[in-house]
Amino acid sequence: MIQNNPIGRIIAHIILIVGILIVAFPIYYTFVASTQTLQDIIRPPLSLLPGGHFWENYSSALFGGISKIGGVGVDRLLLNTLVMALGIAIGKIIISILSAYAIVFFRFPGRMFFFWFIFITLMLPVEVRILPTYKIMVDLGLIDTYTGLILPLMASATATLLFRQFFMTIPGELVEAARVDGAGPLRFFKDIVLPLSKTNIAALFVILFIYGWTQYLWPLLMTNRNDMATIVIGLRKMIDFTDATTQWHLVMVTCILAILPPILVVVLMQRWFVRGLVETEK
Amino acid sequence: MASSKHVTFPNKFLPYLLLAPQLAITAVFFYWPASQAIQQSVLREDPFGLSTQFVGLANFKHVLNDANYLNSLQVTVIFSIATALIAMAFALLLAVMADKVIRGKGVYRTLLIWPYAVAPAIAGMLWLFLFNPSMGTLAYLLRSTGYNWDPLLNSDQAMVLVVAAASWKQISYNFLFFVAGLQSIPKSLIEAAAIDGAGETKRFWTIIFPLLAPTTFFLLVVNTVYAFFDTFGIIHAVTRGGPGKATETLVYKVYNDGFVNLILGDSAAQSVILMVIVIAMTAVQFRYVERKVHYG
Repeated sequence: MIQNNPIGRIIAHIILIVGILIVAFPIYYTFVASTQTLQDIIRPPLSLLPGGHFWENYSSALFGGISKIGGVGVDRLLLNTLVMALGIAIGKIIISILSAYAIVFFRFPGRMFFFWFIFITLMLPVEVRILPTYKIMVDLGLIDTYTGLILPLMASATATLLFRQFFMTIPGELVEAARVDGAGPLRFFKDIVLPLSKTNIAALFVILFIYGWTQYLWPLLMTNRNDMATIVIGLRKMIDFTDATTQWHLVMVTCILAILPPILVVVLMQRWFVRGLVETEK
Repeated sequence: MASSKHVTFPNKFLPYLLLAPQLAITAVFFYWPASQAIQQSVLREDPFGLSTQFVGLANFKHVLNDANYLNSLQVTVIFSIATALIAMAFALLLAVMADKVIRGKGVYRTLLIWPYAVAPAIAGMLWLFLFNPSMGTLAYLLRSTGYNWDPLLNSDQAMVLVVAAASWKQISYNFLFFVAGLQSIPKSLIEAAAIDGAGETKRFWTIIFPLLAPTTFFLLVVNTVYAFFDTFGIIHAVTRGGPGKATETLVYKVYNDGFVNLILGDSAAQSVILMVIVIAMTAVQFRYVERKVHYG
């Protein structure tokens, strides 16, 4: 009855459309720029319609190598970033699901101690311990390696907490039934817990993939070589406002290629993403 | 449900094995560096690492009396408040509108969640492409109206630019939470108010907004944490803390002092102060969660 207000609804649509235009404009503008020549980009104002250099710019950025970063191609940067994002997402899910399983389905000395041991790391984001962590990585010889990019970001209390929360809702009768049937803890994990956790795993995967893909400070410290850089770091290295040799058309292409994969993941896995987001934070 | 006592497996060795990977990573990459940060914060070391001496709380004293540090604290507070307020207000407006429309809800949501997937550093670059004085089209338009726009030289404009990029990136997150919050408000309450003759604006401020308070408060904490820590990429990619030190946030300063200027003791002391800030924020967040359980 209160929804019966067509004018109000039209205004709502207009505000939403304006909001979407504001939200989408920076991305659209960069896409347009990525299809123009260098000369057109550095001479504002830029046309608001895509130019005709799409294939040329994209293929030269992807496969031609970019001189600003020592001839490394964007394909290599994309590969590095993909390895890092997948490594973090999958690694985190595996170690958290195992530790949450141990904490919920077993009673053993030190259980609560270990729970708090993991829980407290919520309060130590990488930003507050960068220098000592960096030193440790140097000592372990992990600079410019995938292990160095992935491993330190793999431990997370949030994923463990989420799985713990979920496991506690699995009825004790199920465990009893499994034990009566002679199924051991590993069998129970594989046949019951894992299938039940599917949605949670999918949701967490989206969140963690985005988390890994968008890392900045850590890859900035961990990589010196251009061919080990992630795409965001590579992009940063290509840009120099004081230098006339910046290849802006390739910068724009790289920018679009850097945001396309995570956007696709979010949009295509939207259902799990929204669920995961709202649940991990609660 | 009441009978659902917790059943567990009797096993002595397996749980430790399952916990081992996470514990190992946590110990090596969390506790070891954190303890080193604390240790380093009470030592003074020359940049070549040749000699160290114990100096007690001198590093903290030095940091807290440093005009640059206090400036960066102020910058961080202004930056965080501005970012949180803008990102939340804009998201709330869009969420309220999305709650009103009947058709196209899903489409609007899909089109509004993109920025979540954009790395903060790239969000900064996107805005820089639009607004940098040498080639940005919007900067060009601003300047052609006679306005002296140059965020690379003017500190206030630099701040406006990083706040815009930081809040743009956060809109989608806030939007999703406000939409969820709005959906959980019982429609009957709003209809009852409508029957009593409360207009739309009045309904929003007297019913919807107060009932959204838990969501709003939660988002305020999350956005502040985001502005404190996750925006390093924006600052590093867009302004490098400049012009001068106008956009040097606390996290940027830890990085800059530790890696660029090699003042290790000060950098470690700053890390420890940041740890205290994170712990305080997390505590606030949990107190809120607890209260919600009791009274919600």
